Amino acid sequence: MNSRAKDVPPLKSSEPDARGRYGEFGGRYVPETLVAALDRLQAGVDRHLPSEDFQSEYRRELATWVGRPTALTRAHALSRRWGAEVWLKREDLAHTGAHKINNAIGQTLLAKRLGARRIIAETGAGQHGVASAAAAARLGLPCTVYMGAVDVERQAPNVGRMKLMGATVVPVTSGDATLRAAIDEALRDWVSDPEGTYYSLGSAVGPHPYPYLVRELQSVIGREARRQMLDLAGGLPDVAVACVGGGSNAIGLFHPFLADATVRLLGIEAGGRGPGLGDNAASLTFGTPGVLQGSYTLILQDEHGQVRETHSVSAGLDYSGVGPEHAHLMRSGRVAYQAATDEEALDALSECARHEGILIAIETAHAFAGARRFATAHPGSRILIGCSGRGDKDMPILQRTVLEGLT
Amino acid sequence: MSALPRETITAAIRAAGREGRPALVGFLTAGFPRRERFREDLAAVAACADVVEVGVPFTDPMADGTTIQRASFQALANGVTLPWILEEIAATARGATPVLLMSYLNPLLAYGLSRLPRDAAAAGVAGFIVPDLPFEESAEIAAALDAQGLALVQMVTPVTPAERLARLGAAAQGFVYAVTMTGTTGKAAAVPDDVLAYMDRVRAASRVPVCAGFGIRSREQVARFAGHVDGVVVGSALVEVLERGEDPRAFLAALR
Repeated sequence: MNSRAKDVPPLKSSEPDARGRYGEFGGRYVPETLVAALDRLQAGVDRHLPSEDFQSEYRRELATWVGRPTALTRAHALSRRWGAEVWLKREDLAHTGAHKINNAIGQTLLAKRLGARRIIAETGAGQHGVASAAAAARLGLPCTVYMGAVDVERQAPNVGRMKLMGATVVPVTSGDATLRAAIDEALRDWVSDPEGTYYSLGSAVGPHPYPYLVRELQSVIGREARRQMLDLAGGLPDVAVACVGGGSNAIGLFHPFLADATVRLLGIEAGGRGPGLGDNAASLTFGTPGVLQGSYTLILQDEHGQVRETHSVSAGLDYSGVGPEHAHLMRSGRVAYQAATDEEALDALSECARHEGILIAIETAHAFAGARRFATAHPGSRILIGCSGRGDKDMPILQRTVLEGLT
Repeated sequence: MSALPRETITAAIRAAGREGRPALVGFLTAGFPRRERFREDLAAVAACADVVEVGVPFTDPMADGTTIQRASFQALANGVTLPWILEEIAATARGATPVLLMSYLNPLLAYGLSRLPRDAAAAGVAGFIVPDLPFEESAEIAAALDAQGLALVQMVTPVTPAERLARLGAAAQGFVYAVTMTGTTGKAAAVPDDVLAYMDRVRAASRVPVCAGFGIRSREQVARFAGHVDGVVVGSALVEVLERGEDPRAFLAALR
């Protein structure tokens, strides 16, 4: 993994500075109680992440427990239908069904080295919750997962999975009762025990060093995909497309391609019902700068700085903020961001299921909708899609939406 | 010659000390439980407390427990905004009691750091407490507030390392807000000897008075802290008194 990383020198401009800033974005806006905890985390990241001891154990877990490398699949039918050459980086094939496990096992290995007594995590769609529960079970640590009450209902299958793996699932009813409220509650838990508890944050958001740590752990996606494109497709893609909520799978896919000037990068946010405030979760497309949950980034807020509730059919993208590195990559022009609506995403999900035999997550379907749009505008292009997760967890929603329409 | 606004905070706390008691810092969430009662509630708390902290509601109060979360969400539903709060404070007769605003950072950024210090000073605000703004990120806002003589109150906690405590204590303005425990606001705090020893350390490191806050609800707790701090912050318990429609004056008087 280290030897591969050397092939792809990261852009200097996308490395955080000493205060955790990506350009103007990022930083560390937390209560005083967490400052020392974040300092310890930073010291742990600096010490363990580059060490051969950590990396060899991480690599071994990725290979023998997560099931990496994940496949790169040529999407024959979508290629034909879209008039493009479409490749899928299959994170849906990773253990527990999404890219989230790359980060969860990495952070849990780190937590063990830092002497943590328990793991806490937040979850939106439930995928990071399941991944954290699995990683904690694997490494023998107790795990508590905070999950918005709305999400507990709409992602019910994942709640059961977490419980089977021994995690305690705490439904959060305050605030918007989705991912943002779950993060607030996880932060409150961490404030109560900053020395014994390790907070395994699931996306590339929050106070420094989380956006950096999560990106480093998720970059395995892009490193593998880049190598596989060269080996299997015979060259780099014209564009790499990923869905963006907090933005962990997207930053993981994009980062190893940042230095490849010929590769366009396209992040697709949740456009929900449309562009109105409260109708979507597209923080980069429609947001303004502000501080949310530890980071200065683009957020969906009103004129008084109150954070707005969001709407998306996908629980995993239903978040009012976004990782600060994405805000920076948008400002710098290196990555383009667009939104896809609920309807476009569900349509793309159906198309992929029907013609490729792959049931993708609703989050992931936003990337497919964006890729299809790109293909229409750029016929014949070679497109790499980050297939971030599988859709089994979405059956309750698909039953009420897509399947309702089929009967 | 008039004192800078932030000096009125320090002076009010010291004045209580001269009376041989810890100063009472009373917290209420603006516009909770009812928006139209805010001036009356503010005046009542100001009449009995030495310093008043007015909470600016925010959608994501990550440092707060259930009481202040509930108060924040209800105040927002009541239509409370920072411009409204400044108008109400300006219009409330509250004697010489200094008023601070307790706000998460984002509503302050949205108001605009170029206008906020002047407007706040004009409304009679003496300082700010910003629970999600650690010292390392505070230079810009501290400078903006300083230009109007306003305090940026620093929080310290039992897990703040000694070297850092010295740095924060040296830079403190108004008073040092010494959080009694690792946790969110509102959970009743025990006051074991090690908490008192921590307060003594904070006091030794600080050039301004030290007030203990988080989880202070009873006269017994206040008595335990006496002699180890210069004041106590009473937040969630006072908010609950207001929520129940009880008289905040009677509650605060009973803590003395």
